[in-house]
Amino acid sequence: MSLRNLARLGLAALFLTGLVAGGVKANAADPAAPGSQGPGEILNVTYDVGRELFGELNPVFQKAWQEKTSQPITVNQSFGGTSKQARSILEGLQADTVTFNQVTDVQILHDKGGLIAADWQSKFPNKSSPFYSLPSFLVRAGNPKNIRDWDDLIRDDVKVIFPNPKTSGNARYTYLAATAYALRKFDGDQAKATEFVQKIFLNVPVFDAGGRASTTTFVEREIGDVLITFEAEVQGIRKEFGLDKYDAVTPSLSLLAEFPVAVVDQVADKRGSRAVATAYLDFLYSKAAQEIIAAHAYRVNDAAILATHATNFPPVELVTVEDVFGGWDKVAAEHFASGGLLDQAFVNQ
Amino acid sequence: MAAAGATPGAHGAAPYRRRVAQGPLARTVLIGLAGIVAVLFLLLPVIVIFVEALSLGVGAYVEAVIEPSTLHAVWLTLLTALVVVPVNVVFGIAAAWCITRFEFKGKKLLITLIEIPFSVSPIVAGISYLFFYGSQGLLGPVLAAYDIRIMFSVPAIMLASMFVTSPFVARELIATMQVQGNEYEEAALSLGASGFKTFLKVTLPNMKWGLLYGALLCNARVMGEFGAVSVVSGSIRGQTNTLPLQIELLFNDYSAVGAFAAASLLTLLAVFSLLAKAWLERRR
Repeated sequence: MSLRNLARLGLAALFLTGLVAGGVKANAADPAAPGSQGPGEILNVTYDVGRELFGELNPVFQKAWQEKTSQPITVNQSFGGTSKQARSILEGLQADTVTFNQVTDVQILHDKGGLIAADWQSKFPNKSSPFYSLPSFLVRAGNPKNIRDWDDLIRDDVKVIFPNPKTSGNARYTYLAATAYALRKFDGDQAKATEFVQKIFLNVPVFDAGGRASTTTFVEREIGDVLITFEAEVQGIRKEFGLDKYDAVTPSLSLLAEFPVAVVDQVADKRGSRAVATAYLDFLYSKAAQEIIAAHAYRVNDAAILATHATNFPPVELVTVEDVFGGWDKVAAEHFASGGLLDQAFVNQ
Repeated sequence: MAAAGATPGAHGAAPYRRRVAQGPLARTVLIGLAGIVAVLFLLLPVIVIFVEALSLGVGAYVEAVIEPSTLHAVWLTLLTALVVVPVNVVFGIAAAWCITRFEFKGKKLLITLIEIPFSVSPIVAGISYLFFYGSQGLLGPVLAAYDIRIMFSVPAIMLASMFVTSPFVARELIATMQVQGNEYEEAALSLGASGFKTFLKVTLPNMKWGLLYGALLCNARVMGEFGAVSVVSGSIRGQTNTLPLQIELLFNDYSAVGAFAAASLLTLLAVFSLLAKAWLERRR
């Protein structure tokens, strides 16, 4: 039993030593120009569909930082589902900063690994969320089924597409937004709200595992009358697959989806990158960055910039998880726990 | 089958068999079916990759290919193969030599162990590496104490690829060497050749083809590996993103041309491997 393992381990160890030695040398060579206060590169770990946005933001920051400090800086990027990304950071991925699309996946860096402070949400403005979005609707051109609001999603003649809320963070926002709407409509009657959401679930012909798969279902397999996803995605899909083929519809009420950021304290302190990491996240709040972010259809807090992109951002009443549901902890316990309210709405169909 | 089944027994067994195998109708139908299946399930999807990659013109394709992070992914994929294949060749020779030339207790068990990566899903391999070498894993504290980081780096990608592909060369060689038997080696040894000389002059030339074939298969698998690498890579663009990971990233991001351009590169690498194999077989 151990013979082959030993052989493998021995070989692997030999190789590793060489590789690691090589890797460490390479690592030692490239960061830190002489006399600098920090490393010459930082790693920002972000969510899976942020490639275009951060691809545009990072060069602007790199230029600004170099002008200010005369130190060259490279912002490296890792893209992936944020739950997986958080797990990687907990297991040692050397992220200086995170820019996620789920509050809970940042929180876990504190809860499971103590990598960030408990009060991370107070380190940057707007609860450390430089931009935000909301679950919104994408319908086929001309809106043939006349879908305007959440009420239309329970109609018998409407087929709704969104991913499985058991596996997709995106769909959990949709579930919570629909629930928030129903709670408002039925004056806080949870039983009626669950029934309302259940009716929406009954109108979903396929539950894909993730947001990208649902987009394929809606766009390429042409199933369903309305796709529910983040507003920024809605615009992204229209841009990619045809502005004339799809229309965006904003419901009357939706849920604020924060895109939280944090400096990963443990990594930044160890690498001596705190100054540049903090500056990078501060930069996301700057006018220049907010303009780029708004152009990618995320809503920003700068009212003037929001106004210049007003056509992309119709007025909507936004409620928060804290206001409606009492925070993410409570949501996890009451809605998403096994046998919770989500299961009741989801299983009974 | 149906054509021949009309007159079974009328002409006895032999003509019946000949008709199934050689009847023009049956032959056409069978070849046609195989052809249709091959075209529908193999050829067309591969062609689609190139059609989609070129859908916005050659200019957009070239631009997608020379995009720095895609180029780096190509380089990293080749580098991984360059390291992993030789290691697995050495391991494969050692394992096959040990299993086919010596008798010892637990030999069956060793063969089973070698085949484990075949039956274990690559994602399980990736996760077990994470739980072993990761910060919160078994070796995490030890590695951290010496400031050695294995996970989410190039070595991690190579390790995971090595695990997934470790049986390829060994399996191929064990089969070859079992067929050949010990006689030549025994002859060489009894004629006074040293163990090492026997290996170099007798064993190695005999296993040459099995070795090349195994290495090629291993190479193809390393370049295409997704699951295990995805877990341990950290997907840092331009640093730890291999070609398969880059394809997924671009696809998720609605960059169809970019994704298919990267996919076409991976396909070309695979086709190149196959051509090399065909060439080797012809020389044989």
